[in-house]
Amino acid sequence: MTRLIYDGTFEGLLTAVFEIYERKLNYINLQKIGVASTAMFEDVINVITDNGRASRVLNGLKKKLSANGVQRVYIAHMSEIENDENNIVGFIRHVFDAGRNIEEDYGNRFVLRISEIMVMMRREKHRMEAFIRFQKLKDETYYAVIEPDFNVLPLLIRHFRSRYADQKWMIYDIKRNYGLYYDLHDTEFISMEFSEAKSATDVKASFNGDEEVYQHLWKNYFKSVNIASRKNTKLHVRHIPKRYWKHLTEKI
Amino acid sequence: MLKILVILIDMNVDRITEKLNILADAAKYDVSCASSGSKRKNENKGLGNASNGICHSYTEDGRCVSLLKILLTNHCIFDCAYCVSRKSNDIKRAAFTVQEVIDLTINFYRRNYIEGLFLSSGIFKDADYTMERLVQVAKKLRTENNFNGYIHLKTIPGASDELMREAGLYADRLSVNLEMPTEAGLKLLAPDKKRQDMIDPMSFLKKEIIQRTEEKKLFKKAPLFAPAGQSTQVIIGATPENDSEILQTANHYYKNFNLKRVYYSGYVPVLADKRLPGLNTAVPMVRENRLYQADWLMRFYGFKVNEIVNTEQPLLDLDIDPKLGWAIRNMHAFPVDINISDIQMILRVPGVGLLSAQKIISARKFGRLNWEQLKAIGVALNRAKYFITCKSNSFEKRDLTGTKIKQFILAESQSKYLKNQQNQLSIF
Repeated sequence: MTRLIYDGTFEGLLTAVFEIYERKLNYINLQKIGVASTAMFEDVINVITDNGRASRVLNGLKKKLSANGVQRVYIAHMSEIENDENNIVGFIRHVFDAGRNIEEDYGNRFVLRISEIMVMMRREKHRMEAFIRFQKLKDETYYAVIEPDFNVLPLLIRHFRSRYADQKWMIYDIKRNYGLYYDLHDTEFISMEFSEAKSATDVKASFNGDEEVYQHLWKNYFKSVNIASRKNTKLHVRHIPKRYWKHLTEKI
Repeated sequence: MLKILVILIDMNVDRITEKLNILADAAKYDVSCASSGSKRKNENKGLGNASNGICHSYTEDGRCVSLLKILLTNHCIFDCAYCVSRKSNDIKRAAFTVQEVIDLTINFYRRNYIEGLFLSSGIFKDADYTMERLVQVAKKLRTENNFNGYIHLKTIPGASDELMREAGLYADRLSVNLEMPTEAGLKLLAPDKKRQDMIDPMSFLKKEIIQRTEEKKLFKKAPLFAPAGQSTQVIIGATPENDSEILQTANHYYKNFNLKRVYYSGYVPVLADKRLPGLNTAVPMVRENRLYQADWLMRFYGFKVNEIVNTEQPLLDLDIDPKLGWAIRNMHAFPVDINISDIQMILRVPGVGLLSAQKIISARKFGRLNWEQLKAIGVALNRAKYFITCKSNSFEKRDLTGTKIKQFILAESQSKYLKNQQNQLSIF
């Protein structure tokens, strides 16, 4: 077993794949720096990210996969699910070792795992598109705080840009401490320094005049549409798991 | 001065809140909440778009909240027995102004609370007068507010073709509720409503949608016309129709009116009336769920309505799903070899869904699949194992009858429904 330690970037992961082939490694364990713990009697390689090597691997993938298949690898890595690096590497090795495009070989555990990660990412992205609640601030920016399970913020750009083209908005991931800001022209990633963690979430002092009115109306609406005689808490919680409640206006 | 203004705003908020409570409460028995199937783009940097549909929240009964679903007013000249807003019911009445509906829609939409508006109404004065108001809201949203979110308008039975045409130009979806599955049921509970008044706008819209779609193919600039099509709703359990009659009706409307959806709404007893089930009757939620499953089988799984229900089998099983029901009545069609059967037959295997079926078809090109792989792909083997063979020597070799299989499956599964039923029984 050889342990490879990389910097957590996509290019780093692709460089690691390059090394695996160059050194003809068989049993490997790829870990992000910081997560890795060393054991005795183990070869350890510190992978130094190399854009040239990374792009050679990427080009190889592009030859053997559809555009969609390549994107899957990228999104799987972006998910930042701990310890799934080895499944991504397993997938890439399966791609290179096979004579044809294997992206739909669901009988293979790596292909299936990548497709599971896609489902998880898509679900989380969709949940964000559903559960984001903007609050209108004094400067007319619509502001929302999120804490998604996976790193899906970059996947949200297209949806929110095409939907809210005529209003300024900001979506801030307080778990990963970065956000997305749209100023009526461009969207950009931003990062803010908050004095306390609370100040990112609690923006009541900056509310626009009618913000509380509409929050009040929405909460009322939510209560009014419920049919008490059909109460089904299990189903309710399955659709909106409790961890999302703290940012949902109607559930606060 | 400022103080007076604040008080005025507060009063206004209270008034709107009350209206919203009344008119959302009255609209909630319409179960349709779909916001999908449209393809309206955001144009000229306006507000919103409509495409795949999103449920922004869920009520405590687990239903999707996708649209601001309200009545324009709950004043109504009709006296339908099943309806809370019926003329003879002594309740608070309210009415929104057109502008109030627009403000609510836009402000909810901007905060990402909703996908759009579902606007229905009690019938005041007459059909055209009511329909005209509904159309006016949609028109203003589109033309004055550059709103491209989803709009679902209820068609008022008996409204004129001219208004229907205008409605189609601004709305994404239109729907006329059939209310009762059969004409006899309608006559009994809604003596003011005529089936023909519902069918006329439906046929008009069907023709218009077909024609406009043709136009759109020729001229890209041709305006959208009800791009999400039309749907309808039938109330279940208020009248004695059996599942076969209900599904035959649904099938008829799917086939002849190109409906996108038929919704089944389990009757919630809200009113005391000799013609209706008593006030303490439980909402037929399991039956409603089985009807939806059967509906899915018809629309996505290639089942014919007669395979699911027929004169010998007029009721859906409540304890098992309709696909399993079909399978145990048709044991001669099994076992299915997962590695060679065509997708139509794989879709008929209990425990195999649309996604798993597609994955199986893709994966088996790379090698024959075994039990473990099928499980990993997402097949529910506890049901499927009685009906399939795969790359393995172990498979169900006993010659089991359908009844026996049903017993085995029920014994293993913890049915959510069985538990529910016991709870319901113990209440009374």
